[in-house]
Amino acid sequence: MTSFRSTLAALLLTAIFVLGFSSNSHALPAFARKYGLRCSACHEAWPMLNYFGQKFKDNGYQLMNDRDSPVWQNPSYWPVTFRMTPFWHVESTDKVSYDTVSGGAALKRLTFSGFDHGGLDILSGGTLEKNISFQLIPASDELGAFHIEAVNARLDNLFHSPWLNFKFGKFELDNIVSEKRGLTLSASGGGYNIYHFIPVGDGNIFGQIGDNQIGVEWMGHSLNDRTRLSVAVLSTTDGNPDVPYGSNSYSTFITGSHAFNVGKLGTDRVGFYAMIGEAPTSFLTDGGVPIVSSGTGNKGFHREGFVGLFYFNKLNFQVVTQHGSDSAWFGAGFGNPIDDPTAPNNTPGTSIAGVRSPTWNGAFVETHWVQNPQLIFFQRSEWIRMSQQADPAVPSSVGNLDNYVFGYRYYPLMNSRGGFAWHNEYSWIRGRGLAPDGSDLTSQSLMLGFDFDF
Amino acid sequence: MRTQEPKLIACAVAVLAFCSISSAQVTKYQEDANLGIEAHVGKLTGHARDAALNYRRYCTGCHGDLGDGEGENAMWLDPKPRNFTLATFRCRSTATGTLPTDEDLYETVGRGLETSNMPSWNPLSDQARVDLVAYVKHFSDRWKTEKSGTPIEIPAEPAVTAQRIKAGQALFQRLECWKCHGVEGRANGPSADTLTDDQNRPIKPFNFHDQTRFKCGETNRDLYRIFMTGLDGTPMPSFMDNVKPDEAWDLVFYLRTLQPMQTPAKEIAKQLGLRPINPNAPAPTSESKPEGENK
Repeated sequence: MTSFRSTLAALLLTAIFVLGFSSNSHALPAFARKYGLRCSACHEAWPMLNYFGQKFKDNGYQLMNDRDSPVWQNPSYWPVTFRMTPFWHVESTDKVSYDTVSGGAALKRLTFSGFDHGGLDILSGGTLEKNISFQLIPASDELGAFHIEAVNARLDNLFHSPWLNFKFGKFELDNIVSEKRGLTLSASGGGYNIYHFIPVGDGNIFGQIGDNQIGVEWMGHSLNDRTRLSVAVLSTTDGNPDVPYGSNSYSTFITGSHAFNVGKLGTDRVGFYAMIGEAPTSFLTDGGVPIVSSGTGNKGFHREGFVGLFYFNKLNFQVVTQHGSDSAWFGAGFGNPIDDPTAPNNTPGTSIAGVRSPTWNGAFVETHWVQNPQLIFFQRSEWIRMSQQADPAVPSSVGNLDNYVFGYRYYPLMNSRGGFAWHNEYSWIRGRGLAPDGSDLTSQSLMLGFDFDF
Repeated sequence: MRTQEPKLIACAVAVLAFCSISSAQVTKYQEDANLGIEAHVGKLTGHARDAALNYRRYCTGCHGDLGDGEGENAMWLDPKPRNFTLATFRCRSTATGTLPTDEDLYETVGRGLETSNMPSWNPLSDQARVDLVAYVKHFSDRWKTEKSGTPIEIPAEPAVTAQRIKAGQALFQRLECWKCHGVEGRANGPSADTLTDDQNRPIKPFNFHDQTRFKCGETNRDLYRIFMTGLDGTPMPSFMDNVKPDEAWDLVFYLRTLQPMQTPAKEIAKQLGLRPINPNAPAPTSESKPEGENK
């Protein structure tokens, strides 16, 4: 009874918090400060872009109104945004292997909770001059270890054409549904699994379309951004610098989409994407240790799918599908002995007879209910199914994933100076056959936090 | 007596507070009453009521919740956001002093306003833009009592010729466009620094020398329309009563020679060796134009 009352009180307090601040308030940093627009102008709910924000990004962070060059800014303007996410969370995994008193091993559920934070993103971007834009994102993990998440420059609207834009450096792939701008944050549901899927035992880390990559991208779009096309040529390094893997390995990422009006419902978009690449399997060794940048023996991989953004007034759906396949060599574990010294190396005479190309299909549907620009409810359901295992002896369902997430974000502030969201999310994920005993492994997350952007 | 003072002050504060709340409520009431207003563009009908959330999402930051141009960012912007409660709009196809058509507002929302912070909202659906037009209209009772003006007629664009460009230059001098825009269109005429808008805020004339696009469009027809209808709320008057329709095209062609991009008119002006006007010289008359060119 006491517990019931406590729960009721917590729910009530949450409701009071959400509803109590529903005054007419106003959120977004560097670009919003530059142009004086509210966060909601570019974001359906930040960080997720709306069509106007997508056009702004496609124009090279420009409104194209002759106020884009930095000379129009107050000299004290500094195009930097900090994003941090302090939160409280509960994590639970149902089959964690542990040592028993008798010296054996057993499985048990491990649950913990506590206060935490999500590290720090420093986002800098904007224009160096009209039609020359840049992006720099140093990001740190929770321990303060920084890495360069993105660093790129872009030549925009060459020859006054929106169809000629070139980006160089490390950048997010032009995914129509951007994971970097996703609304979900929890440990079990923060990312899109199909953007990072690697079959069990597979050695190919290079097909993760959710990771920022290093290369060059051509992007073109119609004036109103209804039609978008882009082609990126990438070093097959999964975004790691210094070309540590193949000596001559490249990938390409292609995407295209078209949006159309559906009357009162809004504007819908349909499109496709494809990543086709090669990665090395054979590395020179020195004392048995693979030599960096020496990879040859390229083998192929590909991921492709359809994307749809469907709007029904306040309700909208994002649908992304994927069909993926890796060379049988990757299925046999070859591909990345640089990061994983236990991975096999394709030396002369190596055979993978009987190994097949791992192949899978996946999809997710993310639904948003945008009550108003300050309150958004979301859910995502995601499924991945192996259609062919590399090892014929492995049960066909091993590695299948089911992931469900739901929650809401509430933005008490909505002005052009900073963003702040109260974020509440629950997620559940199950991996078939992934537990230490070969059974299913399930994890859950509950997260309550603040997302700051200023 | 002294003990009465706090009570009186408290009463006064209470009355003032009540009045201010009441007045805010009336304004809100009036606004709500106007939410039934519609806009019509082509086959689309916009409803103000349907645009409330989009207005809050995209527009309020500059134009303000009340449409008075006093959004939270207004103080940082130059030029200032439009005050919709006045229902005075620069970009119109209608005569000066009249209300613009719904299409005019729709085009403005979709095109944006060059050299201002107003971006192009063309990523929004057509329906969303028409709804926003209706929402913009709901801020002023003028839309209840007045009808939109009738779009001016724009004759077909003639071929650009050397004679027309010279006639346009003469018109530029005679109409004293140079007083604001400068003899070379550099926005440095003798009156340029003194200009203010209808709310007494400093305003700059258009700089033909540097800019390729106008606030109200970029085509020759747009340019024709701009000076024939004038830009209400700014010192730019309508020349509808001073310039014949055909003469207006001459001025269009001449103005194009002042702009930085390559145009047929600019090429001809180059061949002519056309020099900037001399404001101290007597203005040439349109009669100097060859017969048959000026109808």
